Amino acid sequence: MTAAPLTRPAPPSWASIALARVVLELRLFVREPEQVIFSFAYPVLMLSIFDAVFGDQVVPGGVTFSQYFLAGIAATGIMLTSFQALGTAIPEERDRGDLARLQTLGTPAAAYFAGKAGQVLVTTVAQLALLLAVASLAYDIPLPDDPARWLTFAWVALLGALAGTVLGVTAAAFVSSARSAGAVIPAIAIVLQFASGVFFIFSELPTWMQQLAAFFPLKWLTQGMRSVFLPEQAAAAEVGGGWEHGMTAVVLVAWVIVGVVVCVRTFRWRRGG
Amino acid sequence: MQMIQPVPAPSRPAPDDLPAVRVRGLVKRYGGRAVVDGVDLDVRRGEVFALLGPNGAGKTTTVEVLAGVRRRDAGEVRVLGVDPVSGDRAWRDRVGVVAQTTGAGNALTVRETVDHFAHYHATPVPSTELLDLVGLRDTARTRVEKLSGGQRRRLEVALGVQGRPELLFLDEPTTGLDPAARRQFWALVRSLRHAGTTVLLTTHYLDEAAQLADRVGVITAGRLVEVAPPAELGGHLRAGATVRWTEDGVPREVHTATPAALLRDLLAAVPHGEVPDLTVTRPDLEDVYLRMVAAAEEDPR
Repeated sequence: MTAAPLTRPAPPSWASIALARVVLELRLFVREPEQVIFSFAYPVLMLSIFDAVFGDQVVPGGVTFSQYFLAGIAATGIMLTSFQALGTAIPEERDRGDLARLQTLGTPAAAYFAGKAGQVLVTTVAQLALLLAVASLAYDIPLPDDPARWLTFAWVALLGALAGTVLGVTAAAFVSSARSAGAVIPAIAIVLQFASGVFFIFSELPTWMQQLAAFFPLKWLTQGMRSVFLPEQAAAAEVGGGWEHGMTAVVLVAWVIVGVVVCVRTFRWRRGG
Repeated sequence: MQMIQPVPAPSRPAPDDLPAVRVRGLVKRYGGRAVVDGVDLDVRRGEVFALLGPNGAGKTTTVEVLAGVRRRDAGEVRVLGVDPVSGDRAWRDRVGVVAQTTGAGNALTVRETVDHFAHYHATPVPSTELLDLVGLRDTARTRVEKLSGGQRRRLEVALGVQGRPELLFLDEPTTGLDPAARRQFWALVRSLRHAGTTVLLTTHYLDEAAQLADRVGVITAGRLVEVAPPAELGGHLRAGATVRWTEDGVPREVHTATPAALLRDLLAAVPHGEVPDLTVTRPDLEDVYLRMVAAAEEDPR
């Protein structure tokens, strides 16, 4: 081995490390069968269960429950691949010492976050593509043919995935270990799903629950998805009497910004102090 | 007559004249208990320095502070001329760390792992060369989760030296290695030293410190009790000798700094006969080390 160079070039840019991390995260993701199956099969499985039980019921807005539920499960899927996956995976990496190594290597935290975000976006796209294909082909749920709706779908999904990513990173900082993350993070996710109109018709929930859910991104993500997959006349059945795209964007962007600030300030490479 | 002014020292010594590590009065407390309690330490450029001490002596904590991953509670620390608390990425690239408990994506192969971490360094050692260096060429395609404890340790070492560090911290690098792997590792450290790398290693193996180190610092209960080349360690303790003999059928043992005087008296008592079972022994390195550790632990604060 040759000696340390006398004049050492600057270390690689954070962007090049971030790119390497995206590749690494995707590689690790596909090598973990539980992760792949959970992320891809769970939304499809839930769709098939709810379609079998409630599929033909007509809900407010004049659509079938399956169509209503597709919006909710698409939103849930985004939350699972972002918030829940990161909130449980990051404490594992911390407990195992993966993050301690990154710290000694001087890895910029931003490069680490970017690797996570890249992996979340790619897996979310694959997950949603699978879900929509199954919904359309196997369950005859109509998909929109208006490009404007697909544009809505794109920004709602992107903001939802980013909010879920930063909140997953933030949540990981507040749990002490992988064990407690495994208990706490899915519990938060499931409560939000019930309160945000994924499993129930949101407009039929108690008012206090609607108001509580309105603080969190999943409610807005779900509502945004309904504006994509439900016909225009269903807008009148919403609690706010419309799709509220402006408010949806404001709330999701606010969560992304707040989440970035908090996760940068609270991120820990190691357990304990 | 007026005093001639001494020639002023150069305003700034060349960077290579500075010690690689300079520590004064380092204190680190956990929950009010000082695990590192006023350590002064200098590691010279190009030397292998062993921090030797029993478990819980504060070795790992010291290295963690020097590597910039733990904050200290008091004291002054300079590592390659930089305070580790404010060490930037360029500084970290000059410092290699092999810690006790670090992981990597377990589902990757050895080769994929070193290829990935090459992206983090300005001048990484080529992956093939690196795997040869630590003897992992034949396991390049094995997944990290399938490696034995010793192979995993070697991978840790590979990742620690991948960036061609000027200064390498090795925290108990051979714990869990079999004797053959330990010797191989020692050869690796010698080759790094030969290439000019400064090495600060912690160990609780006396033979490892004696084999590898230019100087050894004995640390116990958070304090550095002595720093010396292995052969000179515990000089004052070595000066003494133990004289044993049998007198009237009873074994006698005397520790003395002046064994010759004692022998003269003994021999004078029996001008013509033998002194049964007479031996004079000097303490070996292990005796010296154990006595230093025991003395420091008995010492009340």
